[in-house]
Amino acid sequence: MKTLPKERRFETLSYLPPLTDEQIRRQIQYILAQGYIAAVEFNEKSDPTEYYWTMWKLPLFKNPDVQDVLQEVNECRSEYPDNYVRVVGFDNIKQCQVLSFVVHKPSSNTGFQQRY
Amino acid sequence: MSYSPTRTQSKAGYDAGVKDYKLTYYTPDYTPKDTDILAAFRVTAQPGVPYEEAGAAVAAESSTGTWTTVWTDLLTDLDRYKGRCYDIEPVPGEENQFFAYIAYPLDLFEEGSVTNLLTSLVGNVFGFKALKALRLEDIRIPVAYLKTFQGPPHGIQVERDKINKYGRPLLGCTIKPKLGLSAKNYGRAVYECLRGGLDFTKDDENINSQPFQRWRDRFLFVADAIHKSQAETGEIKGHYLNVTAATCEEMLERAAFAKELDMPIVMHDFLTGGFTANTTLAKYCRANGLLLHIHRAMHAVIDRQKNHGIHFRVLSKCLRMSGGDHIHTGTVVGKLEGDKAITLGFIDLLRENYVEQDRSRGVFFTQDWASMPGVMAVASGGIHVWHMPALVEIFGDDSVLQFGGGTLGHPWGNAPGATANRVALEACVQARNEGRDLTREGGDILREACKWSPELAVACEVWKEIKFEFEAVDTV
Repeated sequence: MKTLPKERRFETLSYLPPLTDEQIRRQIQYILAQGYIAAVEFNEKSDPTEYYWTMWKLPLFKNPDVQDVLQEVNECRSEYPDNYVRVVGFDNIKQCQVLSFVVHKPSSNTGFQQRY
Repeated sequence: MSYSPTRTQSKAGYDAGVKDYKLTYYTPDYTPKDTDILAAFRVTAQPGVPYEEAGAAVAAESSTGTWTTVWTDLLTDLDRYKGRCYDIEPVPGEENQFFAYIAYPLDLFEEGSVTNLLTSLVGNVFGFKALKALRLEDIRIPVAYLKTFQGPPHGIQVERDKINKYGRPLLGCTIKPKLGLSAKNYGRAVYECLRGGLDFTKDDENINSQPFQRWRDRFLFVADAIHKSQAETGEIKGHYLNVTAATCEEMLERAAFAKELDMPIVMHDFLTGGFTANTTLAKYCRANGLLLHIHRAMHAVIDRQKNHGIHFRVLSKCLRMSGGDHIHTGTVVGKLEGDKAITLGFIDLLRENYVEQDRSRGVFFTQDWASMPGVMAVASGGIHVWHMPALVEIFGDDSVLQFGGGTLGHPWGNAPGATANRVALEACVQARNEGRDLTREGGDILREACKWSPELAVACEVWKEIKFEFEAVDTV
């Protein structure tokens, strides 16, 4: 029997081991295949009631391919290594956000702790 | 105007006595108007009663008619108010059974009142002697009438934005034992579930305010559990606080206290509580920013018999009009009743904005919801981690999957049980998004995740062999 340690989480896909770049690529592929609009956001904190994270540029409206989105993720990560970075998807038909997952956590100990 | 064999003719004078219903209420040439409320009934007539007469009787008794003519009929324009049986369709393979299609003029019903709608449609007519049995299979609500209803307090998308959860089904759990825990012990069970990774926990439907646990005490301890688990995990948490009560005043008092405690969601039993109470609560919830979870105790009494009662798709539509952000729909795969195609049919009616007629899924009428918010489907009862791939496949993202025993029954307790479910869920979502087939590869996906999640590995060990494989009673 084991006690579950206290850990901070970051919503969808945050109960899985940290996503590899290849896994991030496949999730982005899904966003684009659904016809959703991908965007990248970053923030210093991951408090769940802080709804708005800062947008990394504008959402990628112009038919991006996976590499274009990954490129933005990487640029955002290298410019803000001490921030959280997430990829989100917008559905302009439903007129709302439909996807979100964290792709980078601050390297300091305040964030995600590897336990597996 | 050739739709009626007899028009009511005041000038012809009053002719007392009993007339065949079909003379006034069977109108096969009538084309339903866009503003009519349409109903499809499964009618089992007494032997010897012609279908036209039985169908007309249903139309009459659920609208303007009574068993004999009355002189005051001549003071109104029956053609404006009467229900009309406009089509009859024998049920293949069933003796004395047919579908009667009935059109009701809009003016028969009070705006914004499900209570009034049902009092006509499923009122006295269900006890009518000329019929052996009667079941309301489906209704079509015209846009003109729909627009007089508020509907769900928030709907699926606003809920997601409020609780900051995207791209996956939500996870819940009903706290057990159903009855008998003290408020503090109850709150502890809630905290452990939520910190382990569930989004919601739930009051059992029969927990209201009993001697062992008064409602105010429960609300206070649960609020503590929610605030603590939210602070620790960094995710928004909720508990369906059951505000179902003996009177509307007490119900609203409980909802107001939940709001005061900053709780995101409350819960109601719409059938035992009644549609008037439910609509009152739905309006309160929209005005006060509370999500509303709806449980459906008593539904099986009404919807389980194939030839008598009301099909759940009608109750679903009524709930969407009355108002609720979640409703229990059955699981398809768990311990409770529900054929897959039929369940998917009414799940569409709950969530989508426009649903085409599709008899193979039990949808008798095309329904335009005119932008009324959608309701999340809740799958609850007898499900565990091994069901996860099928549940994600069947229900999609806009659903709440509730693992009661499947969380609390974990050998290491609630928190690891919750983690096991969350890991299984996210592994399935990730795999689905990567293009893997959950139906074929579901088992492999879980086994892969077991390698790095000891909580899931233990859960998969405990529940391996459990199966529920009874034939569904309700079929198309």
